[in-house]
Amino acid sequence: MAGRPVVRWVGEDALLVELDSAERVAALYALLTARRAELPAVTEIVPAARTVLLDGVADRPSLARLLAGLDLAGHPPADGPLVEIPTRYDGADLAEVAAGWGVSPEAAVRVHSTPEYRVAFCGFAPGFGYLTGLPDGYGVPRRATPRSSVPAGSVALAGPYTGVYPRSSPGGWQLLGRTATVLWDLDREPAALLAPGVRVRFVPVAGDG
Amino acid sequence: MAEPTATGPAGAERAATGPAGAEPTATGMARTELAVVRPGPLTTVQDLGRRGVAHLGVPRAGALDEPALRAANRLVGNPDGAAALETTLGGVALRALAPAVVAVTGAPAPVTVDGRPAPWGAAVALPAGAVVEVGAATHGVRSYLAVAGGLAVPPVLGSRSADLLSGLGPPPLAAGDRLPVGPAAAGPRAGLVPLPGPPGELVLRLRPGPHDDWFADLAGLARAVHRVAAASNRVALRTEGPPLARARGGELPSAGMVLGAVQVPPDGHPVIFLADHPTTGGYPVVGVVPRADLAAAAQARPGTPVRFLLVRGPGGG
Repeated sequence: MAGRPVVRWVGEDALLVELDSAERVAALYALLTARRAELPAVTEIVPAARTVLLDGVADRPSLARLLAGLDLAGHPPADGPLVEIPTRYDGADLAEVAAGWGVSPEAAVRVHSTPEYRVAFCGFAPGFGYLTGLPDGYGVPRRATPRSSVPAGSVALAGPYTGVYPRSSPGGWQLLGRTATVLWDLDREPAALLAPGVRVRFVPVAGDG
Repeated sequence: MAEPTATGPAGAERAATGPAGAEPTATGMARTELAVVRPGPLTTVQDLGRRGVAHLGVPRAGALDEPALRAANRLVGNPDGAAALETTLGGVALRALAPAVVAVTGAPAPVTVDGRPAPWGAAVALPAGAVVEVGAATHGVRSYLAVAGGLAVPPVLGSRSADLLSGLGPPPLAAGDRLPVGPAAAGPRAGLVPLPGPPGELVLRLRPGPHDDWFADLAGLARAVHRVAAASNRVALRTEGPPLARARGGELPSAGMVLGAVQVPPDGHPVIFLADHPTTGGYPVVGVVPRADLAAAAQARPGTPVRFLLVRGPGGG
């Protein structure tokens, strides 16, 4: 299916587009949001790990045909805005994550703060972005026992993803550090700093981030 | 799957004062408010919910029994989507600080005004200072109380609904809260609206997919009788019954979720997503319940038998 999406009909008026990589998801999401005005009306466009969900579709047959005919090979993900997240790398799980990678905590900070990330999708809580960009081989498991409370601004890892907790909540991700950056602000448009497509760099800082 | 949390970033704010309409009127009267005398076990402000923000991880929220919300609004002359109260089993009591018109629909419950019986499913005029009380539901779970003019709590991302998964919107009612009421619309009041009774048995149509091929025996699912589990809430109707076996192992990468999606976690007990459902989820979705069937799901008490009726939707593959 090189580049060609699989389109599944969901419920009364949704389509689920399955793709073979996070890059293709990013490419399709960028394409659909850029061309939204030309598409049959859609209420929600929700990217996820290997899918893009279109919900509240006014004309499902024509949108399904259009999507199935797309060749995404010629569409690289568009470059969203770049956001820098000043991060104090003093998280409770930094040493354990570093040990899992077979490096020192200092080297683990370099591993994490070197790549440029992209917000692949949001979920779990408003403004919680799942960021891709960590090099292959550096994925980590979730904690066996989730913490009952993870502080707001925690920079954390699980699986291939990095995330930043927009507010204090229970959570099972491995905590690398913390930022003072406000991730979710209802007076901002969009309220989520880390909306899908946004590019992210984590910048190590000594203070409170 | 997302973990519900008790308090959100907006959870600390009491939605007592709206941005507009806070000035006294020309006669010096305070604007209309409803004061919460008895909040009930769980009473929230709900309208038709949020749209267009699922990609930011924001659930849709909104009334679980949407036809009942629309009916209550019509009875008091509001637009269908005006914000109203959704109670849970135990009702609510409110004092009108100025004359107001209210209507109660959804789960049938005794309605009183200053202790005197008043009609359910009809407009009721409240003099200034009167207390309207919705008692415990005699059937069903959720009653709706609409007030002419609608509840004018500040909208968040285009909706006044409380989202109990995320903590967006006004928090559940607490004693002493004051709820601002908007200016009453000039629209005609419906005299009578159809109000279906809560179900003795919940029959939910199920359109298979997108992950029905993850499960071994859909016909078995359709034959089985499940029951509504006590852990059901605004996020999901949970069921207990014969577990649905998987046809394959492995994990599903997180995917976008729709209202009415029936997720099946590893324990095999189907979970039907309601208005506060997470926007993405990591368990396979065996099928989707049409929205028209979700009002009955919102009124089904724990223990109610649940059956799934497999359907193939128009054009659904």
